[in-house]
Amino acid sequence: MMRQNPGPAPLLEVRDVSKSFGAVAAVAGVSFPLYAGEAHALVGENGAGKSTIVKMLAGVHRPDTGTLVLDGAPVDFGSPAEARAAGIAVIYQEPTLFPDLSVAENIVMGRHPRGRLGMIDRAAVRAEAEGLFSRLGVRIDVERPARGLSIADQQIVEIAKALGADARLLIMDEPTAALSLVEVERLFTVAGTLREEGAAIMFISHRFEEITALCQRVTVMRDGRHVSTDPIDDLTVEEMVRRMVGRDLDALFPKQEVEPGAVVLEVEGLARQGVFRDISFSVRAGEIVALAGLVGSGRSEVVQAVFGVDERDAGSVRLKGKRLRAGSPRAAMAAGMALVPEDRRQQGLLMDLSIERNVNLPRSGALARLGFLFGGGERREARRWTERLRTRYGRLSDAVGTLSGGNQQKVVLAKWLATDPRVLIVDEPTRGIDVGTKAEVHRLMSALAAEGVAVLMVSSELPEVLGMADRVLIMREGRIVAEIPRAEATEDSVMFAAMGQEAAA
Amino acid sequence: MNATKAATPRRRMAAPQAIFSTVFKARESGIVLALILLIAFTATRNSRFLSAQSIRDILLGTAILAVLAVGQAIVMITRNIDLSVGSVLGLSAFAVGSLLRDNQGVPVIVALLAGLVLGGACGVLNGVLVRFGQVPALGTLYALRGVNYLWAGGQQINADRLPESFLDFGNQAILGVPWLVLIGLVVLAVATIVLRGYRAGRELYAMGSSPQAAELAGIKVSRNTIAAFLVSGALAGLAGVLFAARFGTIDAAAGTGYELNVVAAAVVGGVAVFGGSGTVWGASLGALLLTVIGSCLAVLDINQFWQQAIVGALILLAIGADRLVASRVARALRKRDSHV
Repeated sequence: MMRQNPGPAPLLEVRDVSKSFGAVAAVAGVSFPLYAGEAHALVGENGAGKSTIVKMLAGVHRPDTGTLVLDGAPVDFGSPAEARAAGIAVIYQEPTLFPDLSVAENIVMGRHPRGRLGMIDRAAVRAEAEGLFSRLGVRIDVERPARGLSIADQQIVEIAKALGADARLLIMDEPTAALSLVEVERLFTVAGTLREEGAAIMFISHRFEEITALCQRVTVMRDGRHVSTDPIDDLTVEEMVRRMVGRDLDALFPKQEVEPGAVVLEVEGLARQGVFRDISFSVRAGEIVALAGLVGSGRSEVVQAVFGVDERDAGSVRLKGKRLRAGSPRAAMAAGMALVPEDRRQQGLLMDLSIERNVNLPRSGALARLGFLFGGGERREARRWTERLRTRYGRLSDAVGTLSGGNQQKVVLAKWLATDPRVLIVDEPTRGIDVGTKAEVHRLMSALAAEGVAVLMVSSELPEVLGMADRVLIMREGRIVAEIPRAEATEDSVMFAAMGQEAAA
Repeated sequence: MNATKAATPRRRMAAPQAIFSTVFKARESGIVLALILLIAFTATRNSRFLSAQSIRDILLGTAILAVLAVGQAIVMITRNIDLSVGSVLGLSAFAVGSLLRDNQGVPVIVALLAGLVLGGACGVLNGVLVRFGQVPALGTLYALRGVNYLWAGGQQINADRLPESFLDFGNQAILGVPWLVLIGLVVLAVATIVLRGYRAGRELYAMGSSPQAAELAGIKVSRNTIAAFLVSGALAGLAGVLFAARFGTIDAAAGTGYELNVVAAAVVGGVAVFGGSGTVWGASLGALLLTVIGSCLAVLDINQFWQQAIVGALILLAIGADRLVASRVARALRKRDSHV
């Protein structure tokens, strides 16, 4: 692709900014420029300070020292409203929607088009929302409330919201984590158009293929510090990773060879009306089985029904030959099953509670003495598991919400591993976490399988599926359409099965 | 392109929207139905219940409660609660009563404005305390009541000390509509229009629906919170003047316990305790229902104790229905969505 010369003056310049929270320096002395007409990637491990930079640009945090320079003049955003007024729009990692309001109102909130007597022009609100969705090539009913939208749809509404703001600087903080391939392509087309119209784009992602596809320049951060800023063509992916981690990574997917043992988990004829049907499969001890497919193909719903969070209409689940009661996670846990859910903020953690309380939650019954939880046992257990997972935290009594995304994910894993499961179900185990943590999670899953745990993994990341799984089950439209052994699983074979006839036609 | 084709079959979800609007209508028509049944039953037992005097009493009582409920609904929509309204009403009633007693020539409109301003000032105080002091308006409930006792002492303002014109205003009608009811309707109409049709109104819903998202969307949360309390306080002050005009007798205890009736009216009328949804129209219907219940019990000669129990049951019913409907709707939305 031809890269335009961005010209000498950046649209916005981050100049030597620092920000500390308590004793922790989240960002220290970081500088980089953002040019109009250019997409700029910001990469780094979780906890490297990327989100803090985003929040400073968005007016949520004020830099302790250093300045932001917009159009050559220093600016000081006291609130998100001021940053918005300066033409900065942000797509946050976690959707920030108003569940009670309609999709259309979510998009125009704070800048409703107005008509007679300053009243909101409802027709214009609707038209604007529909126009944005058609640019993104999706159809979402704009009059429905935002409550109940899937994570992917919520993310699309977030994107429409930011596009509607007519931003000069569009910041995207991992916008693609929940999106399907098609939606990602659409988003990139729209972002490309904005860039050609002269907007600056700042893009944060853990997916290197997306970064190289969209961006012209890349800034690497590590431990709150600036490492480098280069044109993207001057940097290989390996070099980027090396700079992010500060060392060479071992093989990313260290799956050990394990001779599978006896069948541990048997699922037969599982069905839920309108969601999935005829789901039958088994997982043996020491085996990692991946459940692949497009977003919305019913993968998460299946594992939720297996674990008993969701009801099922038909079918049976057996663990070591013993039939599990439907709709009872308690029974599943008692039988030795653990589920690490997809959405850790909503389903995996109690954000306001301490790390140790979160880790011990599923076992608080077993740890309690005479019905009370005493600090000692709780701390010991929590320390054992957080250490095995190399979780980084201040104190065990800190609220989980204060940890970075990768470390939160480790706490969720620790919580379930502490129950010593025979069957471990993980739903998107590495979504939104950095390369280093990813490798640790993969190593851990592999080690667990080697210890004889049966692992069932839902994942949207093909390299992870191909690298980790002994067998890949592919779901499409609520059914398992293919089963591919490790030796035959390739990017093409899995994608072909997941897309089905539509891709062929 | 194939990509377009793959995207098209997703999301077609008009149905849950339809469910939503029927739910909201269901709440309001439920109240109307309850009202009709209640009135019909009581009227067959005691024909005096539908006399002009009785209807007028109900409407006047409703007007005062509805003015308060509109203010309360506005605050509750932002995920706050204003528990000081009963005290503000009492303070305003006593202050305006004293003003009129000592200055017989003061016109009614000045009395109304005085109530609005006094109440608004109390509201701003509440808003600042809630927003910046992180303390609920419970404190001001007692503080303002205390001020009132301190000021009024044991004295009482009686109707014979108040100007004739003011008392007329409380009991007379223009074109068949009592002044109090007219004021209530104007308040309701203005609040409805602002909440539905203006940015400020929509921002209040947004703040209640998700406080963090509201900050990020650039909504001036502090300013709007204080404004909501200001409106609630001002309306409580206005209600105090209406109260004084209607009853003519005011002491330091006027309006004690009103705050809970007002919250009950709003909740029964479908205003969510956790913010983000509900209408002032629903809250006013709730006020009407509560007033009618009180009046029916009196006419049917049933112990006042039952009134409390019935209001309690209604609140449980209202919140229970909300929960039930919310989970149903959530399930319906999920079902539609996963239909890929």
